[in-house]
Amino acid sequence: MNILVCVSKVPDTTAKIAFKDNNTKFASEGVTYILNPTDEWYALVRALELKEAAGAGKVTVINVGGAENDQYLRKALAIGADDAVLIESAVDLEPFYVAKEIANYAKVNCYDVVVTGKETIDYNSFSVGGMIAEFMDCAFISQVSKWDMNGNLATINREVEGGEEVMEVSTPFVLSAQKGMAEQRLPNMKGIMMAKTKPLAKIAAAGGDPLVTIVKFDEPKPKSAVKLFSVDDVESLVKALNEEAKVI
Amino acid sequence: MIIVYIESTNGHLKKSSLEVMTYSKKMATQMATEVAAICLTPCDASLVGEYGISKLYQASDARFEHFDSKAFTKAIAEIFTNNGGKVLVLPFNQNGKALAPRLSVRLNAGLVNGANALANTSNGFVISKNVFSGKAVANYQIHTDVKIVSLASNSIPAEKNPTSCEVIPSATSLSDTDFSTKYIKSELVSGDIPLSEADLVVSAGRGLKGPENWGMIEECAKILGAATACSRAVADVHWRPHHEHVGQTGLAISPNLYIAVGISGAIQHLAGVSSSKTIVVINTDPEAPFFKAADYGIVGDAFEVMPKFNEALRKLKA
Repeated sequence: MNILVCVSKVPDTTAKIAFKDNNTKFASEGVTYILNPTDEWYALVRALELKEAAGAGKVTVINVGGAENDQYLRKALAIGADDAVLIESAVDLEPFYVAKEIANYAKVNCYDVVVTGKETIDYNSFSVGGMIAEFMDCAFISQVSKWDMNGNLATINREVEGGEEVMEVSTPFVLSAQKGMAEQRLPNMKGIMMAKTKPLAKIAAAGGDPLVTIVKFDEPKPKSAVKLFSVDDVESLVKALNEEAKVI
Repeated sequence: MIIVYIESTNGHLKKSSLEVMTYSKKMATQMATEVAAICLTPCDASLVGEYGISKLYQASDARFEHFDSKAFTKAIAEIFTNNGGKVLVLPFNQNGKALAPRLSVRLNAGLVNGANALANTSNGFVISKNVFSGKAVANYQIHTDVKIVSLASNSIPAEKNPTSCEVIPSATSLSDTDFSTKYIKSELVSGDIPLSEADLVVSAGRGLKGPENWGMIEECAKILGAATACSRAVADVHWRPHHEHVGQTGLAISPNLYIAVGISGAIQHLAGVSSSKTIVVINTDPEAPFFKAADYGIVGDAFEVMPKFNEALRKLKA
């Protein structure tokens, strides 16, 4: 079984989020980037586990982005992916075109499963996985916390309101991964050395006319200072929640 | 024409559906157009009318009993297109997150997934949503003729605006091969309020010292009718189930009230909860970063504060 794992590059979880050019662009200067956590920790690691359990197949990591993104793909290779593909685009593509590029690649190269993280922590759009599936005209299961394979049949737990739903699906399919699916793996020295010589293909992205564009960023509304109550005055807190905030 | 996708479980409309109907009605008033609803499972048409929806496209097909993103996408797209839809509104819930992106491709329509307010239509169609896990807001312009918006839960309160609702039975051309997944079973956490839909949330972290001390948190949730949540640290060591983890890599929520007990408020945690309307923090450390994001707080030991807090809540509710 061949699995294509989509990995994104996102600002570190502790990065300061600021904007420039009259609040129309993200200020990337000085920002440290990481692999998107759900892509790295869950999607990639579970794909590797399934390949290892089957003793066959391959795991390819794919990214759509700038030429400098090869370093993030190298990290995924160090964690254990077999090969990598960078679909290069000098401009940031919106989820629709990212998904279109990946779906085309997956179809042409006959991948059995395409996996993404449930969302990226930058634009939180929850979009690329579902869009890939529609471009491929196949099943999409979102927010998966458990994924097992038996031949070409998968058993999957999907998060729903108030619990989980268990389902079966045959390849090809797309899923988005979330917490519970696997545990983070740290690359070791051998992995890092091997990653340097693993294949990393580069292809040019086609892109297209934008469907949506960000016209402006805003800061979230500032909070007023916290009102503190003493341990012996818990009743006043309850009163404030009831009469002032009117939330209970 | 605005068309809103709504969902029912056992015939009852979900809370997120009441919110998207309210939202769509307001948008329709703003754009001087009509609003209709699509429901693929049986629902109460009179309730749909109460939220200002004048037409309900009601499917009646047993195959829709269990969610399947591929089949549902095809059905919604077909009904939407056949009835002249221009704006499609969905809830940004578990199903909506799977459907909206698929529909964006199928209808070749620009999507804002997780909108938090009505559109600004004074110059094009611009709609805002939280980005960078709540650390900023982005205003998206949708350029396509057909537009898709999914609405983050708790963005606007459900509000009635009664009208009469005509039910239009709607068949779709789906074949069995359009259904791509086979439902096996549901594993629901009985009696709990789903965290993603909860108005009130009581959450706790490492300050509680061990899973055996969650009784006072659960008691507080029970008195308030709240859902329980936890920090990543606590979910990682399996003190609490994964689905309770809120934060940047867990669930992002925006309830009316978020009570954080023994959680320091790391930036990754704040990212998932900072859009809550009111935040209460109970922590022994006066320097805990969470106090900067809080509306109300108590600097004190959870083991001392919570029994008193629960007692005071019980008195209020009595």
